[in-house]
Amino acid sequence: MSTVLSRRKLITTGLATAAGASGLAVAARLADRYGLIPPDHGGILGVGQTLTYASQRPLMSNPSSMAREFNRSEISKICPVNGPPPESETYQRLLAGGFADWRLTIEGLVARPCSFSLAELKRFPSRSQITHQACEEGWSFIAESTGVPLSYVLNLAGVLPRAKYVVFFTLGEKGFPLGKKWGSLDMVDAFHPQTLLAYGMNGQDLPTPHGAPVRVRVPRQLGFKSLKYLSRIILTDTVKNIGKGLGSSSPEHGFSWYGGI
Amino acid sequence: MATVESAHLPRLATPISDLDSPRHSAVVRITHWINTLSFFGLLVSGIAILLAHPRFYWGETGAIGTPSLLDLPLPFMRGGPSGWGRNLHFLSAWVCGLNGALYVVSGILTQHFRKSLVPAKADLAWGSLWRVVSNHLRFKPLGAESSLSYNLLQRLTYLAVVFVLFPVIIWTGFAMSPAIVSVFPVFVTILGGQQTARTLHFFASDLLVLFVVVHIAMVCLAGFTNRVGAMITGQINARKDRT
Repeated sequence: MSTVLSRRKLITTGLATAAGASGLAVAARLADRYGLIPPDHGGILGVGQTLTYASQRPLMSNPSSMAREFNRSEISKICPVNGPPPESETYQRLLAGGFADWRLTIEGLVARPCSFSLAELKRFPSRSQITHQACEEGWSFIAESTGVPLSYVLNLAGVLPRAKYVVFFTLGEKGFPLGKKWGSLDMVDAFHPQTLLAYGMNGQDLPTPHGAPVRVRVPRQLGFKSLKYLSRIILTDTVKNIGKGLGSSSPEHGFSWYGGI
Repeated sequence: MATVESAHLPRLATPISDLDSPRHSAVVRITHWINTLSFFGLLVSGIAILLAHPRFYWGETGAIGTPSLLDLPLPFMRGGPSGWGRNLHFLSAWVCGLNGALYVVSGILTQHFRKSLVPAKADLAWGSLWRVVSNHLRFKPLGAESSLSYNLLQRLTYLAVVFVLFPVIIWTGFAMSPAIVSVFPVFVTILGGQQTARTLHFFASDLLVLFVVVHIAMVCLAGFTNRVGAMITGQINARKDRT
């Protein structure tokens, strides 16, 4: 009797395993279709990234999902930064010229590739928000950011429907602790009303260590997603052919692509 | 109902059917070891994250240059191990959370919590509470019934770990996530700030580590092989138990 039972058990276990495996495969395909798989999903640690991203994405697509905003009195007196500004000749030349020669180009999957000077960006409708910014190391501060919503600039360029990522390239070359930085956002975060191309901080021009002339501010994610020293924005349907194909430079150094945690 | 021969087991008057039934159910055993593994992952990665900034604050913000609540005498390893640490921390947290949910749901459905962990009202009187504590402090032998059921201190400790410490650690973890608090701000506002959440997360994890240390020490005192065997096979040999 026990052999019959164990055979039955074996068959049920086998069937359950097969059902589980095909269920997982279907789930993975569905998740990919609805943009729930992050670019750095590979490997055992990628399982955790994928679970976090896939579970938070639908929640955060809700329009009421807004980073908390604070009063002016809560702005931190000390707003530290990680890493010095770029040492590159290009950056130093732009800095010396007050960024008059700086332009932000937008290209890739857009109807109208374009570029904007700092003065042009400042003429667009602006938004100021006082938000909490936490470094993934654990420290944090509250500061006011002023800038043009990224969605406004993307709409000017006319994003094509098949674009899935907004990729940011920076002026950072040497002098960065982790080399040249680049990164990307998915469309949910790129078009979020609090995602800014920020040129001002605490009522002044964005200070050099905080990313002058323009940084992106993504207050629903950790600080490292708010890339500084922007130079170029590319819209794309895949990030596989950029760098190591992980969506940003941070996963190449062991950090995650998604910073919502 | 047959009782065990007193010649063989002098202090035992437990029905033999209870002796034969497993000490730990399969769900408790499986979730225990998955939890062990995920807790180890959380601990190692938690230390890696801590080393990036071994300093704690109270309120919303805090950084080098602002007053701190607690400065641990550990090296700052900025840009160091916190990358993989964070990735491992969240992978382990997913395993720990899903496994914990399975444990809690099954514990409620099978009435494991009510039968094995919730103490009897009479046991909660100060007198019996004091007796258990003083017996522990004097290392008084526990008696053979200890291999078959949990004593009052064990019950209260396990309940506190499962229903206080783990919820606190999950809540404070959520409170540190900018994504989660953008949807549910109450996670952080009720605590008074993101740095407060980080500090409480650290204190709660300290208590969990303390629990694990005492837990392992007690297993060693009660007979390591027998107790660990019971958590693997479900069977305990009350005769071999060092009581």
